[in-house]
Amino acid sequence: MDIVIDTVMLSRVQFALNISFHILFPTITIALCWALLFFKIRLHQTGDEVWMRCYRFWVKIFALTFALGVVSGITMSFQFGSNWPGFMARVGNIAGPLLGYEVLTAFFLEATFLGVMLFGIDRVSPRMHTIATAIVALGTTASAFWILALNSWMQTPTGFELRDGVAFPVDWWAVIFNPSFPYRFFHMLLASLITACFLLMGVSAYRLLKGDHKPAPRITLRLGALVAAIALPVQIFVGDLHGLNTFEHQPAKVAAMEGVWETERGASLLLFALPDEEARENHFEVGIPNMASWILTHEADGEIRGLNEFRGAHPPVAPVFWSFRVMVGCGLLMLLISWVLSWQLWRKGEASPYLLKASVAMTFSGWLATLAGWYVSEIGRQPFLVQGVLKTSEAATTLPEGNVLFSLVIYATLYGGLLWAYIHTVFLMARKSARLEAPENSDRNEALELKATMTGA
Amino acid sequence: MNILSVLIDPAYLGPVFIGLMALAVLVYAILDGYDLGVGIVLHRHDEAMRDTQIASIGPFWDANETWLVLAIGLMLIAFPEAYNILLQELYVPATLMLAGLILRGVAFDFRAKVAMEYKGLWDHIFRAGSLIVALSQGYMLGQYICGFSDDALTIVFSLLSAFGVTAAYSYIGACWLVMKTEGALQKYSARSARISGVLMASGIAAVCVVNPWINSEVYARWFSFPNNLLLWVIPIVSAALFILSDQVLKRVPAEDDYGCWIPFVLAVLLFLNCFHGIVVSFYPDVIPGRLSLFDAVAAPEALGFIFWGAVIVVPVILAYTAYSYRVFWGKATALRYF
Repeated sequence: MDIVIDTVMLSRVQFALNISFHILFPTITIALCWALLFFKIRLHQTGDEVWMRCYRFWVKIFALTFALGVVSGITMSFQFGSNWPGFMARVGNIAGPLLGYEVLTAFFLEATFLGVMLFGIDRVSPRMHTIATAIVALGTTASAFWILALNSWMQTPTGFELRDGVAFPVDWWAVIFNPSFPYRFFHMLLASLITACFLLMGVSAYRLLKGDHKPAPRITLRLGALVAAIALPVQIFVGDLHGLNTFEHQPAKVAAMEGVWETERGASLLLFALPDEEARENHFEVGIPNMASWILTHEADGEIRGLNEFRGAHPPVAPVFWSFRVMVGCGLLMLLISWVLSWQLWRKGEASPYLLKASVAMTFSGWLATLAGWYVSEIGRQPFLVQGVLKTSEAATTLPEGNVLFSLVIYATLYGGLLWAYIHTVFLMARKSARLEAPENSDRNEALELKATMTGA
Repeated sequence: MNILSVLIDPAYLGPVFIGLMALAVLVYAILDGYDLGVGIVLHRHDEAMRDTQIASIGPFWDANETWLVLAIGLMLIAFPEAYNILLQELYVPATLMLAGLILRGVAFDFRAKVAMEYKGLWDHIFRAGSLIVALSQGYMLGQYICGFSDDALTIVFSLLSAFGVTAAYSYIGACWLVMKTEGALQKYSARSARISGVLMASGIAAVCVVNPWINSEVYARWFSFPNNLLLWVIPIVSAALFILSDQVLKRVPAEDDYGCWIPFVLAVLLFLNCFHGIVVSFYPDVIPGRLSLFDAVAAPEALGFIFWGAVIVVPVILAYTAYSYRVFWGKATALRYF
């Protein structure tokens, strides 16, 4: 397959880069903020200062993550106009208000109360501070609600009519609660929860390995492992429902995910294959007979429509096929780790060094699974930008390639550097925290922490 | 759901949304203006001063930047065609601005968390990022006023505008610091405010002279009776505000810190005044000389839906913004994550 490096391709790469970088941070903050709220509520309930120490450490990571999410999000609001003018021209009447509600109901709320949450603890009552934390958590979730409503509408558009190729809203309820929205929304919220759990686990395990014997990292390790162990099976169930919904509404995407070139009954679940776009077949297939049909239709010889029915209007197969397997594989590995870790913590009260090291290695595994999942969803919608309504190529800018290349290079450099700095800093904060002395020496500790965390934002 | 769009006459939607957008741009210029300004006048040598400077904007900058997202979002919703034109024409400066916003936004957090030896580096990044944002916004404003073009005159004018906006942000940022700090830092800020005030005043004067000269439409408005009565108020009031502010700044620190808030309030009035000048020069065009708001407005079905949301939510936003400023009222204290 020839890959043409033109303005459309560059714009797609740039958008993919921007949104991939952006989504890393909300994926953490959406759920991490609820964890912070949990710490505050436990503090109020038990009066045990250890919850405050959990909060104190994790709110710093939250703040850093949130800042990266905010700045990369601002870029997103410019991308639609700068690189995808056709998107706004054709479906702006739908996309505009949904994005508008995100700004109005979520962005201001989280941004304003974040200030109170991060810097206001000496200035407001403890109760108000907890309320501010709750409001930020609500704001991040509201933001996810609107953006997933829009994305789901692009996958399964309903509630509109086309006049001269331009979409006009007819029923806003149907626009927002379109057929794939509930599945995608809960799939993403769970992805966020699991990603945050693995961050909790990984960083806490790192602190333990660095000789931090204070109670806080033990608590957060346990919390992360336990919640992940429960959330992962739920996620697999919700993911399955989501897949069935896609099977119904976007059969071409499912055919690419499963590597089904010709419509068939009793399709096997492919564990490995090399899809060949030219020959329109797979090489080196390894699969479980009838399994794909059974999963998707609940009958061993159920029919799966193949890519042959969507010739010229189906997504590139290999990236969708492989992204799907990366997501599922990563998810299963996470399930294994969280279960074994929970088991050990339950039976022995502590985790083995090997498992702690595995947890550290898996700190950002949620990112991998989430990104792979989004690639399935977004590449799987191609060649459409809005399924059946607007093709990606019709929406792209006509700006010269040089301009897009210029911005792409700037973003790629910035994001590469920032991602490195972020991961580096998260572990640096963990090391700093591990060096602090036991909470008994609270005066000395306070001074040390002051020195370590520094004044300033 | 269509009831929503029936309750307001579609003919009013254009003016209502341009009004909302103007409000968002104005609030953005003032709010992010002062925090970008603080970034530009960040003290070069004294780290403790930098800590306090940054502490003074720490709780606010994120919400301040959200006004930019609201402004661009309202444009995307209400005037999608204008939004497309604007971002296509301003592709390169907008990219630079976004890079600047990214750098300064994260520098805030990184500086407080990285190892001490890198803190200074992030402070440099913070200052440079703020400067890039201010310059590129000013450049974009200049291009916008001239109707986007590559000819030498437009570029010179846009560079002039970049300089003027940067000076104006530094000025309002320094005035903010005069209000929020004390002692040596307050004196330093008053000095920065006076210097950037002079630069800003010459910038505004230059723009006022050059703009009617290269833009015949503006020329007609400025030099035809009775419009000009309304317009000539602008430079006169600006000059008065500037002189008054300079007099107050000269006396900082006053006894008991009397009137430390006056320069900031005067700076806000100056911003209002300049904004008023732009509005009167170009209304009802969304893109000067190219697109009027009546031709560009989006479908009433879309706007009706967001209109009622905005009517309810915007006052709530203003209320909790006010709450947040009340919580952090008074002189800035060192920030730390408790």
